[in-house]
Formats: sequence, structure tokens, C-alpha cells
Amino acid sequence: MNGPSIQKPEIEFTDNIRDRNRYGRLWVYIFRFSTIIGIIALATLLFNIINQSSGYVVYEAKGDPAALTLDGVPIEEQTKDQLMRVLSSHLSKGAYSKLDRTKPFAERSRNDVYDLVVERIVKYEVVDSWLLWDSLTRKDEITAAVEEEYPEALLRFDVWINSDFLRRPQSSNPVIAGVRTAVLGSLWTIGITILFAFPLGVMAAIYLTEYAGDSWANRIIQTNINNLAGVPSIIYGILGLAIFVRALEPLTSGTLFGVTDPTSANGRTILSAGLTLGLLVLPLIIINAQEAIRAVPNSLRHAGYGLGATKWQTVWSHVLPNAIPGILTGTILAISRAIGETAPLVVIGASTVIYFDPEGPFSKFTTLPIQIYQWTSRPQDEFRFLAAAAILVLLALLLTLNAVAVLLRNRYSRRY
Amino acid sequence: MTHTIEKIKTQRIKVSEKLVYVLETKKLNIYYDDFRAISEVNMKIERNKVTAIIGPSGCGKSTLLRSFNRMNELVQGSRISGEVLFHGQNLYAPDVDPVEVRHRIGMVFQKPNPFPKSIYENIAWGARVHGFKGNMDELVEYSLRQAALWEEVKDILDHSGLALSGGQQQRLCIARALAVQPEVILMDEPASALDPISTLHIEDLIRELSNHYTILIVTHNMQQAARVSDFTAFFNMNGDRSGYLVEYDNTNQLFTMPKNKLTEDYITGRFG
Repeated sequence: MNGPSIQKPEIEFTDNIRDRNRYGRLWVYIFRFSTIIGIIALATLLFNIINQSSGYVVYEAKGDPAALTLDGVPIEEQTKDQLMRVLSSHLSKGAYSKLDRTKPFAERSRNDVYDLVVERIVKYEVVDSWLLWDSLTRKDEITAAVEEEYPEALLRFDVWINSDFLRRPQSSNPVIAGVRTAVLGSLWTIGITILFAFPLGVMAAIYLTEYAGDSWANRIIQTNINNLAGVPSIIYGILGLAIFVRALEPLTSGTLFGVTDPTSANGRTILSAGLTLGLLVLPLIIINAQEAIRAVPNSLRHAGYGLGATKWQTVWSHVLPNAIPGILTGTILAISRAIGETAPLVVIGASTVIYFDPEGPFSKFTTLPIQIYQWTSRPQDEFRFLAAAAILVLLALLLTLNAVAVLLRNRYSRRY
Repeated sequence: MTHTIEKIKTQRIKVSEKLVYVLETKKLNIYYDDFRAISEVNMKIERNKVTAIIGPSGCGKSTLLRSFNRMNELVQGSRISGEVLFHGQNLYAPDVDPVEVRHRIGMVFQKPNPFPKSIYENIAWGARVHGFKGNMDELVEYSLRQAALWEEVKDILDHSGLALSGGQQQRLCIARALAVQPEVILMDEPASALDPISTLHIEDLIRELSNHYTILIVTHNMQQAARVSDFTAFFNMNGDRSGYLVEYDNTNQLFTMPKNKLTEDYITGRFG
């Protein structure tokens, strides 16, 4: 004991358990309210998209499909040869051979030819359409109105997102427009982004966490990487435009390798887009990978060093295998962000309307978000329905990627 | 089995079989930035004996231990002055590679830290790192037997090292250290995270290993030091909170007839 006995002060408690509980409950209500607001926002978004992605559509045909019946077989059931006969008899010779030149009929599938017949001869046009909600709740009203106004027309309940939508290329006619070109463009772009940013990001992260000391210069680099992760994406677009599209044009257009025709080629290619998005996600991948590497306990490193292993042996055998789930999760989340990016691609000049599939890194391209943007800016309602369907495709793609991230995390998560 | 083990030995640091003292510090000071954690330590460690380092918390026992295989270098801002001699050669000489030092002077940590791999891999990895070309199964069995763990794990060699109990994990870590054939083993409070039974196992093991290895052990537990060690070094802090060697003697001598008043106070529990 130190010194003389101490004087006990007067100690009094106001036992306000009830007030404290009430105060706690109030906060719970506030938290619950915030959560509900978030859920409402999400639900509205989903409802809005799904509402637009299917519903009743009234079609009117310019040509009469019944007149195209061949040997008593309606066009829906005709074979490819029959469809080609229909096509050649209703189109001018020039138009027919032009179709053959853009893509030989031998290479086209039966469904492709059918689409051509519908596009060139039957010429279905959407005259009216309803949203899903209206289609479900006011079904009788709609049928009656259609019978009265368009006695000749075809009323059909259409789900805008269907296998044809995924299979078909972009078109100026909403009836036969699809997202294939955009999905392929997105996949190509993301592929290049991953190839570029993943190895680079992980290697930089290993260097910065394991090798770089705590020097003044390294701290500046680290701060810059952290800040770069927050730079608006459009700025990366401008960077990509200056570097990849302009300065490195011979490389990104493919003329350097002699793959493309130098007279028409330019740098606005998938390669430029992939590299630009790669720059965009590089800081994110580095930061995520650094976090994952730092999360590996030091005791493992010490165990390695204590056995006389070199730094690289320890990093390669123990640090990286234990960090890899975290690195992959971070990378996938970064890639999800890249898939949804629109602004930088607009800046570097993605084509908004393109009818042909991208064939390689030096192709012109469009991507899903750009396709969505382009469709929503069209005046016709139907393109907005298409946009809603494309948004669902994009969401599905993102959810798949996130699911993969969760799976990886669960599969490889370790305890130490 | 000895021939497989001979293969692993790298001989860049010359070994003199005649030397009684394997390790020696000369005027050793260890600093963390401006703070001096250890001052002016001169001590000699005898071959194939257990030397215990005891002292109050924060007196730099672990710091000193880690300086014997240059593990303290992993702490940012740490540096030393003076010399640590291993077979008469300064471990901190510019041409000495810390990787080789750690190969010859192994380490067991306070908290068992097996790799999140199979028991077999835990042992084999270290040997493989050093380019072991012999029969790995033999080496794994030999190391596990040395660590008195073989009988318990011989049927579950493919299980994760983390599935073992704390005491078994620590013996696995000892086996892992033995597998690379060190001469000296540094143990940093190896039993402090274990229950009394596991602690006894480890202590028996340390006694057993001292026939073939030179062992340095840091411990908080004075009974443990008295039970396992041949020599004991008592450290204390001076006014600057820097650790210094108070008394270093035969364990029996130090615990029964300490020469220094501070040592006596400490071992009788009057402070610390």
C-alpha cells in the first residue's frame, strides 16, 4: 500500500436502465430505417428494369407472312434452303448477292437466314408496346384495344431478354436487335484488362509489401497508388486516349504487326480499351493484393526465415499461397468495376453502333454499358426495353463474377 | 541415416570440433532506432548444453536471443554494435549471409507456428529449401522421432499441421527446425502458450536434444529454467530500460547461491 489510507469519495448512481434501453432502441429503429431505405431503392431499381424487360407488344408486318408460305410450309417452319428461295424470290438480285458478299449464305445458319427473311421481307414493326406491370394487370383492356385499333396486327407477350436477344448482333430494328456484339466486346476487353492488370498488379503489390522498405520515396508511391484508386474514371479515358489511341497507335491498331490494313486502321480498338481499363483497375488490384499479403501473419514469414529460407522462398511458398484467395477476390471485384465502366470507353472512342462481332484485339468494338447507353438514348420505347434487357445481362455477368469471388474466398480461406 | 544428413551441411562457416564455446557475444549492444534494448553483453555459450536466459519482462531477453541468428534484423530500425561469434566467426561480418546463419542456428517461436500445410510438408519444406537430395521420408521420420512426435503422427502425416494440439504443434515446429540440421536451436519461451502437460513434454524434449544440440532458451518460468538448463543468465533493466547481464553461471550455482543481490531478489520472487 502506498501512503496513508485513502478517503472514499461519495459515490452515487442514477439507475436509469429504462432510459438507457429506450435510447438503445431508438438507435435500432434508425438503423432499421436506413436499411429499409436501401432495400426500397434496390427493389425499385430491379422492378423498373424487370418491368421494362418484358410485356405485350403489337407487331404489324409490312409484307404478309402468309404470302411467303412455300409448299404449304409457313416460314416459321421452313428449312434453310426454303428460306433462301423465299429470300431470293422477294429481293432484287443485287440486294441478294450483296448479302452473300457480306457473309456467304453457306456460312449462315438457318436462324440467321430466318432473321434475314423477317428483316427484309416480312418487316415486322412494333406499333405499340406495354410494360410488364400493365401487361399483367390490364390484360383484357389491352387485348380489346389492340383488336379495335390494329385488327391486322399480331399481339404477343414478349420477354425482351431471351436466347435470340443473346444470339443476335446489334441492329437498327429493335425487333431483331441483340447484344451479341456487345457481350463479345465486353468479354474481349475484360480479357485484355485481366491479362494486363492482374500480373502487373500482383507483382507490384508483392514488391511494395514484401521488398520495398519504409523509405520516403516508397511512402510517396504508396500514397499515390491509394489516390489513383479514387481518380474519376473519365480521367483514365483521357489518359488512354492520349497514350494508347494516339501515341501508341501503331501498336494498338495492329499495323505494327501487319495484322490490319494501315489505311483504315486506327487506335480505337479493343486493345486500347482493355489497356485503359487495365490502368483503371491496376491501383485497385494493387491495394487489394497488398491487403491480402499483409493479412498473412508474420509468424509464417518468421517460420520460413528461421529455417534459413531466403526471402523469395518464403514469399513464394508461404506468403503467396496464403494470400491468393484474397488477391483473387480483390481482383474479381476490380474486374467487376471495369465491366461496368462506360465513361473511359466513350472517351477513347468505342463504337456505339457496330453490327459485326469483334474478332481480335485490333477490332472495333462496343461493350455492354455502351450499348445500354446508346439504346436508352434512342427515341423509340422498344430500344429502352432492349436496354433493360441488356442491363439484366450485365447484372447477371456481374453477379456471376461476384459469386465466383465468394466461392474462391470460401474455398481457400484458411486459419493460421 | 547419418550420411543423408551430412549432405545437407554447408560448410562455409568453419566448424571447429575442439571449441567448447559455440557462441560468444562481445560487447554486444542492440538498438531499436535510438533505444538501446541490450547493453554491453559479454557471454559464452557452451556446446551441447542448455543455456537459459531469464529476467523481468521487457529486459530484452527475446531481442538478445534473436540476435544470435540475425532474426532481429527483420525488425525495422534494429541494429547492433559489438560482435556475435559463432565458432569464432562474427555473424555480423559483411560477408556473412543471414540465410546461412539461420540454417545453422535454428529457431522455435513462442507461439507454435506450423505452416498451413501437411505435417509431412512442414518438415520437408525446410530441407527442400536447402536443396536436400536424400530420402525425404527418412528425414521426416528421423526429425519427428527426434522431436518425440513420430508415434503420435505417423499415421496422419498428410493431415494439416494446424489440426494438432498446441503442444504437438510446438513439437512439430521443433522437428521442423531439426530437419535442416542446425547446430544451435534458439527457443523463445517455447512452452509459454502450452498447458502444464505439454510443457513437461517440451522440457523432456529439450533435455533429450541437448545431447546433440546447443540450446538457448528464453523463459519467464524460473522453475523451468532450473529444470532444463545447465547454465542460466539473469538479465535486468538499468535506469534507461536497457537490458544488461547481471549474472551468468551454472544453473545450480545461480539458483542456490546467487552472487548478486538482484539475482537473489528475482529468483526468490521479490521482484519481476
